[in-house]
Amino acid sequence: MDPIMLSRIQYALTTIFHFFFVPLSIGLVLLVAIMETLYVMKGKEIYKTMAKFWGKLFLINFAVGVVTGILQEFQFGMNWSEYSRFVGDVFGAPLAIEALLAFFMESTFIGLWIFGWDRLSKKVHLACIWLVFAGTFLSAVWILAANSFMQHPVGFAINNGRAEMNDFFALLTNGQFLVEFPHTIFGALMTGAFVVTGISAYKLMKKQDVEVFRRSFNIAVIIGLVSSLGVAFSGHFQAQYLVETQPMKMAASEGTWTTTEDPAPWTVIASIDPDKQENSGEIKIPGLLSYLSYSKFSGSVKGMKELNAEYQQTYGPGDYIPPVRTTFWSFRVMIAAGGLMILLAMYGTYLAWRKKLEVAKPWFMRLMVFAISLPFIANSAGWIMTEVGRQPWTVFGYMTTEAGVSPNVSAGMILFSTIAFTAAYTVLGIVMVFLFVRKIKAGPYAVDKSEEHDEPADPFGVDGGYSVVTK
Amino acid sequence: MGGIPLLLSELWFVLIAVLFIGFFFLEGFDFGVGMSTGLIAKTDRERRTLINSIGPFWDGNEVWLLTAGGAMFAAFPHWYATLFSGFYLPLVVVLLLLIGRGVAFEFRSKMKQQRWRRTWDIIIVVASALLPFLFGVVFATLMKGLPIDENMQMHAGFLDIVNPYTVVGGLSVTLLCLVHGLLFVSLRTVGELRERALQLAKKVMMPLVAVLAIYALLTYLMTDVFTVRGWALWIMALLGAAALALAAYFIRQQREGWAFGMTGAVIAIAFASVFIGLFPRVMVSSINSAFDLTVYNAASGPYSLKVMTIVACTLLPFVLGYQIWSYYIFRKRLNEQHHLEY
Repeated sequence: MDPIMLSRIQYALTTIFHFFFVPLSIGLVLLVAIMETLYVMKGKEIYKTMAKFWGKLFLINFAVGVVTGILQEFQFGMNWSEYSRFVGDVFGAPLAIEALLAFFMESTFIGLWIFGWDRLSKKVHLACIWLVFAGTFLSAVWILAANSFMQHPVGFAINNGRAEMNDFFALLTNGQFLVEFPHTIFGALMTGAFVVTGISAYKLMKKQDVEVFRRSFNIAVIIGLVSSLGVAFSGHFQAQYLVETQPMKMAASEGTWTTTEDPAPWTVIASIDPDKQENSGEIKIPGLLSYLSYSKFSGSVKGMKELNAEYQQTYGPGDYIPPVRTTFWSFRVMIAAGGLMILLAMYGTYLAWRKKLEVAKPWFMRLMVFAISLPFIANSAGWIMTEVGRQPWTVFGYMTTEAGVSPNVSAGMILFSTIAFTAAYTVLGIVMVFLFVRKIKAGPYAVDKSEEHDEPADPFGVDGGYSVVTK
Repeated sequence: MGGIPLLLSELWFVLIAVLFIGFFFLEGFDFGVGMSTGLIAKTDRERRTLINSIGPFWDGNEVWLLTAGGAMFAAFPHWYATLFSGFYLPLVVVLLLLIGRGVAFEFRSKMKQQRWRRTWDIIIVVASALLPFLFGVVFATLMKGLPIDENMQMHAGFLDIVNPYTVVGGLSVTLLCLVHGLLFVSLRTVGELRERALQLAKKVMMPLVAVLAIYALLTYLMTDVFTVRGWALWIMALLGAAALALAAYFIRQQREGWAFGMTGAVIAIAFASVFIGLFPRVMVSSINSAFDLTVYNAASGPYSLKVMTIVACTLLPFVLGYQIWSYYIFRKRLNEQHHLEY
């Protein structure tokens, strides 16, 4: 295989894996912070129990998110060195600020939070978890500002063949960023919420620690409702922005080969043939695409063929159509998962409000457990659509993905690293799920296993080095 | 290019040097503590005490590396691109070790089974020893020079990276981190653990002095940094030797606080010397000095350096403030009664 394809695969695998943990961290830490706030305000021990229980899951998740994040930062230089040379001036700045502002904050205050229960006053301890949340939130701000630049480059000029920043505030007021950030952050809060409601539903079905999990469900389901609606609305604005700035991505996500009639219908499903550049078996809803694109039931949407011709005029000869099937279907998977989550959150909120949770129908509770998978599916599908739909560009209009790859790294090296990282991540994923399930099964009142020691156990053998220090 | 951008790119070189020095000073002791779990702990409780002694800090310490990497990306995109793509395979190993070590701290005490803990313990020890070694190797190659062509592309073979000079460099950093970490242990524990840490630190001092001396000598013979920088590096070498001697003295006196400060000073002086020796180059080409990457030809534009400078000057005091505060909160020694989180 060629290095470009391998680099693409590696980037996709490691980023999707990393992004399982990131949104869950952001979402979970907000819920933990809310629970601890309730504990400090109301003084009820049960909220502390909740904060500690969900905090444990958060920490396991956070650890994996952190270590897989290191790889993300290294990867640009390792696999995409030409990309890094071209954009470092603009793209590197938010990354550096992310480390300086967000990573320091979250890593220091999470240490204080974990180890500080007995050493800090209640309020200072509470402040620590909010600062961790602030850290994760700010991290999202800067990395999304960087990603938005790739979608819609602003605030720079080309100098000596490199993109050089000339307007820092343009990066932060980038229209793409303003729609992408709320969409992603609501998605993250939704992820935390659905993991908590799902686990709580499981425990409520089993009638275990009902008091803890009923309260957890109630708090999380409200966040779930607000954030899933937030995702939908911000997604709508993002789609409209997309029509203006990356019409090709929009057309590909709709499987629209030729410019539509007016008003434009929305294709629910279709069988797409990228070679013949046509679809068959389409099911359409009249006018809906116009609404999605322009918030009104009129206006046609340009097709990929026309756009390709336009792009060729602007950027020179080439094929500017992204992988249509992937873009089309990832968009639909995202919307389906998102829509389902809105319905579940609505009904869940209704049950919680009417205090009917404990008598809720088992099918609903089971569905909530299954729904733990939905935000992960939606997050991944959303990013696949965003990144694949931008192809062949890595920086839209300025650099193709092909041109960004490291010229001095061989296919063999990338293959090796891809296999190594995939193996390591597989182990990580399995261990993490295993630890999660154990913690959940043990419940919030389980005797802390970590308090037990094997005495005297010495994994390194009798003579494992310390004989040198025997007096 | 005017005067100010040149100054700013030089400032960013200094900042990146400071970030790396901070990283090796801080993560240096938690590498050492990681190694010490395989050397001075006799029981599971003791091993856990060691891990918990760096529990609140190691993650924050590692961010110094991430920030150095991010700053390099932003301020010197060519340096970042050439270095990270050029050291592809060593960095794959570094990443795997960083990943394994990070989750090992978090995971190891989550289960009671001996096999489980043993596995993570081995990862902690191996990663904590190999990481400083690899960093030492990479920094040694930076001084020695690497095959970098006219397009700033580095094509290093195995022997360009692994050779006697770089191996001695790697060993120096590993042993330095080990002593530094043992002294940190002696600062944060009581009783036998503290004594064992001091004892072992005393024993490791001899080989440490030996490899550092060999490394300094080889640097004099095999690189141009002493000729390029002349007296500045000689002063650094003398300062380093003095700090090392003082460290040995304070270890014998059982004054671990001062000794820890001195090993920290050795680390700071050693890495500062690397950057002083390199300046104004950031990567030395062994093919032709015309192909060297310098703070001038590898830097970002003046605008972005200015923005970054403002941001860094605003944020860094806060970062230092709360990191120091967190060390203050956890200043007490860990004893048998302490609740352990990791």
